[in-house]
Amino acid sequence: MSREQQAVERARTAFLTGRSKPLDYRIGQLKALQRCITERQKDISDALKKDLNKSEIGTPLYETLGLEGEIMLAVNKLAQWAAPRPVEKNLLTLSDQVFIQPQPLGVVLVIGAWNYPWAVTLQPLIGVIAAGNAAIVKPSEVSVHSSKVMEEILPLYLDKVTPPPPPCPVWSDCERDVPVVTGGVSETQELLRQRFDHIVYTGNSSVGKLVMEAAARHLTPVTLELGGKSPCYIDKQCDITIACRRITWGKFTNCGQTCIAPDYILCEPSLQDRVVEEIRKNVKEFYSDDPKSCVDYGRIINQRHFRRVMALVEGSTIALGGENDESLSYIAPTVLRDVKPDAKVMQEEIFGPVLPIVTVSGVDEAIRFINEREKPLALYVFSPDNKLIRRIIDETSSGGVLANDCLVHFSVSALPFGGVGNSGMGCYHGRHSFDQFSHLRGCLLKSLAMEGVNKMRYPPHTAKKLGWARFFILQQVDLGFLGRMAALAVLAVIAAVMLQRYLQ
Amino acid sequence: MSAPPSPSPTRWFKALRRTRLGDTFLKASPVVCTEQLKRARAAFQAGRMAMESFRLAQLEALVRMLAEHECDFVDALCRDLHKPRFETVVSELILVKNEALYAINNLSKWMEPQHVERNLATSLDECMVVSEPLGVVLVVGAWCSPVQLCLVPLVGAIAAGNCVIINPSDTSFHTAELLHRLIPSYLDNECYHVLLASASDLPEIVDLKFDHVFFTGNSADGSKVAQAAARTLTPVSLVLGGKNPCYVDQHCDVSTAARRIAWARFQNAGQSAAAPDYVLCHAEAQVRLLQALRCSLLHFYGADPRESRSFGRMVNAENFNRVRDMLGKSGKVAVGGQVNEAEKYIAPTLLTDVEETDPIMQQEIFGPILPILTVRNVDEAISFICRREKPLCVYVYSSNRKVISRLMEETSSGSFCANDSILQSLMVVLPFGGVGASGMGAYHGRSSFDTFSHRKSCLLRSTRIECVTYLRYPPYEDRNLSLMTWASTLSSKSQGWCQIL
Repeated sequence: MSREQQAVERARTAFLTGRSKPLDYRIGQLKALQRCITERQKDISDALKKDLNKSEIGTPLYETLGLEGEIMLAVNKLAQWAAPRPVEKNLLTLSDQVFIQPQPLGVVLVIGAWNYPWAVTLQPLIGVIAAGNAAIVKPSEVSVHSSKVMEEILPLYLDKVTPPPPPCPVWSDCERDVPVVTGGVSETQELLRQRFDHIVYTGNSSVGKLVMEAAARHLTPVTLELGGKSPCYIDKQCDITIACRRITWGKFTNCGQTCIAPDYILCEPSLQDRVVEEIRKNVKEFYSDDPKSCVDYGRIINQRHFRRVMALVEGSTIALGGENDESLSYIAPTVLRDVKPDAKVMQEEIFGPVLPIVTVSGVDEAIRFINEREKPLALYVFSPDNKLIRRIIDETSSGGVLANDCLVHFSVSALPFGGVGNSGMGCYHGRHSFDQFSHLRGCLLKSLAMEGVNKMRYPPHTAKKLGWARFFILQQVDLGFLGRMAALAVLAVIAAVMLQRYLQ
Repeated sequence: MSAPPSPSPTRWFKALRRTRLGDTFLKASPVVCTEQLKRARAAFQAGRMAMESFRLAQLEALVRMLAEHECDFVDALCRDLHKPRFETVVSELILVKNEALYAINNLSKWMEPQHVERNLATSLDECMVVSEPLGVVLVVGAWCSPVQLCLVPLVGAIAAGNCVIINPSDTSFHTAELLHRLIPSYLDNECYHVLLASASDLPEIVDLKFDHVFFTGNSADGSKVAQAAARTLTPVSLVLGGKNPCYVDQHCDVSTAARRIAWARFQNAGQSAAAPDYVLCHAEAQVRLLQALRCSLLHFYGADPRESRSFGRMVNAENFNRVRDMLGKSGKVAVGGQVNEAEKYIAPTLLTDVEETDPIMQQEIFGPILPILTVRNVDEAISFICRREKPLCVYVYSSNRKVISRLMEETSSGSFCANDSILQSLMVVLPFGGVGASGMGAYHGRSSFDTFSHRKSCLLRSTRIECVTYLRYPPYEDRNLSLMTWASTLSSKSQGWCQIL
């Protein structure tokens, strides 16, 4: 039996003992995860510094604060989420119990990404545990140091219901320009060959397809958080200063390596110079005159991605930045102007600190431009005009929409976070995580009494029985409250009459 | 009501298929689909179905179609499955009408943006979830309930504002033909299309790229469809089958239970995905149950069910042979067992002394045979059920609340029903679907609408309150972080978490 097979076997055996079902157990695991994050904050920070040059403050801000919030929400609300959910009854089910009961699925595989190795890998895990499942966590080994630390510390806090993830196989899963996984292909394929009850994958579309295909062989449902080119439309009437400030923050955080970073800007030609100028000012304010030496500015994850991003810049005019250093995987915050739709940089998700500006004549052209392309994960619009914002919401499709800011919709737990079309399927955060990793089972509890009502459905079938069936079952167009009361009164009379006949 | 089927329906059916759906036609179905897909996409871009009034009009037209052509549907289903009029009207037509009326009544509410709970930071913003259509969806029906399995998902897809290509099963050929003829007369011709294609063409059709694929059928075809969908990152809903167990406790009104089980099992000649597949009977109730089932069968179908107009037939020779072969090799025939190949008739049959290893326990029966296995107690029943793949439904008959709770909590299945069968799959308010090997995704009522929608999160902020957001900008300082951590703990008790961003 291979190592991967063993790990899955152990998780399944643990799940079948029923240990992860009681709410107390799940809350205990979530609190243990919480302790893991708080007590090992230093180790997590150090690893992130080595992987992405994330500053010590950047770690809690972007990685762990969000996780802690999700854990607390889950712990507080678990009883409510896991309780049976009653549904509306009709005349025929008045005396029955009708509800939806959430149930755990079984063993869930969580495949993480390297850009926010902790946030993106552990956030789905919170929902998986809250829903009562066992889990296998497969951190991305592209973020070498973080996955090593995760491998070491998670098993120390979480019970054996989450068995130690296999020693990181040497393979790369998120290489964007390689459709087939390289390196330890056999280990990856071996893991995906196993049967899971659900798979969550965060990463790029090419590998997403492979994961979904492998899952389909076992009829395993998947949640895919993929990427896309998230457009950012700047209306000429908006406050450009504030808009650019927020965009600069959204784009250059984590060196542009955020799945919901604004990928490119759409604005009218008259705004372009002003936008470039404002971004220049903000870059200076955030990262000083020399971002290379600024502790708060990140690095590209590895040289392969560095080369990929630099290649995208070819053929476009640099308005700001462009400096780079391959040995440090450093790319300065860069803005490109007058970018053509067929430019290299517009053909794939950038995932780097390069911000192209594409000029459009107005919102109509912007909407057309967006709709000609694959549905993105996020869509940003900066405008004070609510009508314009609503128009964009109605006439485009994306995972989510955020008006007048960047990234922050990720932090609202009540909003489902997920993609559509090429940007993914399924959603999570808060209660949506719990629902995503549960099976919502429809339950109907009847009694063996009241058999009289059922007589009309049994053979031998007669026209008379059919008449009764139509009357009882067919939902009429809504008559309103009075109509329903009247119908109930008539039914009561009929029931009384039938009962009398029955008794006679 | 139509005349009884002709003496050799199998041969007649095959001949008809050759002339009507000849090989060339079947091969061309991906080509036909490409054309339909192009028109549907153009119609979707034009944006007509964004309007609530358009969707309502289509749903009302669907209801009219079912009302005006009730006889045609009854006739088609009689030819395909020898389905009695009662079953057609109640389990096919009324069910679809109910779904359509429920959608019509609730569409405004479903289409409204849903405002969600805000936290401290977003209290001045608008946070909502907007349901938007996916685009062009493919609905693949199965032959056992050919009308309902195509049209109930169609109701959800229309309500959610999508364009739809419907592929009714070619096994229930007459119904497929009827839908192909009627739908263009009632629904918008650019937005909704009927595609006649066989299951083997499905992977190629799915490759043409839809925004969602809704498939009802068997697991083997389902897996192929899912793999094809993966290649284009198309989300799928699969409603597959399974062996639905039915536990009968010693504490229950056995005669009523038997009546309900017999009704559920033998309608449509057992060809129903939600019917109980086998019975696990408590040893003490076995004899009584068998007797009660025997009585019920006699009452329902008379001494010779072949003469009864309330009993169906196997859909085709292939299924007839498959089920007949199982008969000889498993357990002992306690009631029934008669077959008639020419009519594709298999009598309602009860089997006893069935072992877990018998052939009949290795696949979904999908025929009018009910094996009865004995268990010593509830624990044995539960472990029997849990050893096997998760089925579409789990049933339990008992007057003991504790037994019902245990079965419900310790097993998993698409849905669950106590003291009756199939009804939970007919209710608009309960999500119906599978889990594990019995499928993924759910539909009926609101669940249909949600399945065919994308729930888009929208957060609308203003650019005015910049002072609060300054805390998040670099250069990062310790004091900013402590302020944010403090703010997080403040609201953590009430709402979970707050981030001043």
